[in-house]
Amino acid sequence: MVENRPLANFIAHAILWLGIAIVVFPVYLTFIASTHDATVIANGEMPLTPGPNFFKTYYQTLFVGTSGTVRTPVGMMMINSLIMALSIAVGKIAISIISSFAVVYFRFPLRMAFFWLIFITLMLPVEVRIYPTYAIVADLGLLDTYAGLSVPLIASATATLFFRQFFLTIPDELVEASKIDGAGPLRFFWDTVVPLSRTNMAALFVILFIYGWNQYLWPLLITTSGDMQTIVIGIKKMITTADALTEWQIVMATAMLAMLPPVTVIVLMQRWFVKGLVETEK
Amino acid sequence: MEKRAIYNNKLLPYLLLTPQMIVVLVFFYWPASQAIYQSFLLEDAFGLRSDFIWFENFVELFQDPSYGNAFVVTAIFSTTVAALSLSSALLLAVMADRQIKGTGIYKTLLIWPYAVAPAIAGVLWLFMFQPSLGVVAQALRKLGIDWNPLLNGNHAMLLVVMAATWKQISYNFLFFLAGLQSIPRSVIEAAAIDGASSTRRFWTIIFPLLSPTAFFLLVVNVVYVFFDTFGIIDSVTGGGPAKATETLVYKVFFDGRLGGNLGGSAAQSVVMMVIVIGLTAVQFRYVERKVHY
Repeated sequence: MVENRPLANFIAHAILWLGIAIVVFPVYLTFIASTHDATVIANGEMPLTPGPNFFKTYYQTLFVGTSGTVRTPVGMMMINSLIMALSIAVGKIAISIISSFAVVYFRFPLRMAFFWLIFITLMLPVEVRIYPTYAIVADLGLLDTYAGLSVPLIASATATLFFRQFFLTIPDELVEASKIDGAGPLRFFWDTVVPLSRTNMAALFVILFIYGWNQYLWPLLITTSGDMQTIVIGIKKMITTADALTEWQIVMATAMLAMLPPVTVIVLMQRWFVKGLVETEK
Repeated sequence: MEKRAIYNNKLLPYLLLTPQMIVVLVFFYWPASQAIYQSFLLEDAFGLRSDFIWFENFVELFQDPSYGNAFVVTAIFSTTVAALSLSSALLLAVMADRQIKGTGIYKTLLIWPYAVAPAIAGVLWLFMFQPSLGVVAQALRKLGIDWNPLLNGNHAMLLVVMAATWKQISYNFLFFLAGLQSIPRSVIEAAAIDGASSTRRFWTIIFPLLSPTAFFLLVVNVVYVFFDTFGIIDSVTGGGPAKATETLVYKVFFDGRLGGNLGGSAAQSVVMMVIVIGLTAVQFRYVERKVHY
């Protein structure tokens, strides 16, 4: 510290706690609402302390669903979200690590052409080519399937570039040593590159898991049956335009459940999360 | 940077690239080229035949007042969200960088909104500001403010701006904190020895050294508002009331699905592609050069 000023430090603490309070307040309110019953919320006099219905509401949310608009249990939606998020994260890491290995460790005709073909995909998020992509997925018969939910979102270059940057920092001596020992490229990949990439994979996994879990527009378009809905779009369908019919306590419990997995991942894997966030953006 | 030690297999690299190339070609290049192709077509109401009409879709698009409206809405939305989230994140990051006790805890408590889906963030804010039952909305009523985002376009816009800002602060905070921590302490200490006050040190040393981070974040924030806020808008306002919160991305979705105007929607997609490519190009050009004063 440059100088020690107790008052300035106090102000710093105060500003940070104020910031945290503003950030936490909406979530606190959501939790409180999920523990009260529908009438208390609907008449607009909800207290700011927890109510008695915690177990009842969460049981109904997870295993039964709302009684009106969306009858799919939220537990089912969470499983869908989980499968989607894991397929995107694992799939993208798997195909990207081998393609960056090819681009970095081999010399072959059209190498740079392949690299640019992958690189350009960085520029256009799925939102701008949404209907043509939808048409292709429909033609392939992948509507309402896990493959349809996840594979089109794997088509981007972030992970490939991320691994490429990392591979370029691996010392050449390791390749040479491995060659002298008589190991081929696949052996080198499996015994040296993969173990060295572990932290990078963890970092990427955190980012991609959150990306996959939070997808909205894409699952909204390609899922029609209630059984395939993800939690993030399920919640939107629970809010009916006629406010009187919205079962707010269930909507709020669903919101809590939708936040729980990605927030847990970030808090527990904070170190890898920060690394992944900072390095994928480079 | 290139590797010196490499392998010379002929077939293997192609095999390794195959999975990614299949995914990219089928789900990226094919639909992107379709979008460009469709933007030059006029489909009849039943989708039975389509005519090639050159740039008419684009001409029609730019003559359509509601498209102009979507541009204005997007511009207002992105500048307010970027300004609010960047300034509050910078304030919090500067405070957390003062090497006071508990910086690690503050960081953990401030970064988690990154993990919340935009649509969920929208739902949280919608609930607080729901005119008849929201806690904050009721407080506003008691103060005599006739709060109603369902009818008043400005209120609706304010609501989506708050939800979008809330979610984006954590991201900006992390990058600002990383940027602040990479500034050498010796430079700041030298200025302190020369008698510069902490405010003066901030504006003459820290802020200029942070400018590459700030510029990078500005572009990222604009792209965030363009695309990721779709979930917020759809869950909070649905583009309403009276299209007061209809952004460009929302309009693509709305016109293509509900309006059934695929040619017009594709033309909008192409315009957005151009905007995003432009933004990315700007980012590469300036961030690579490291804007310093």
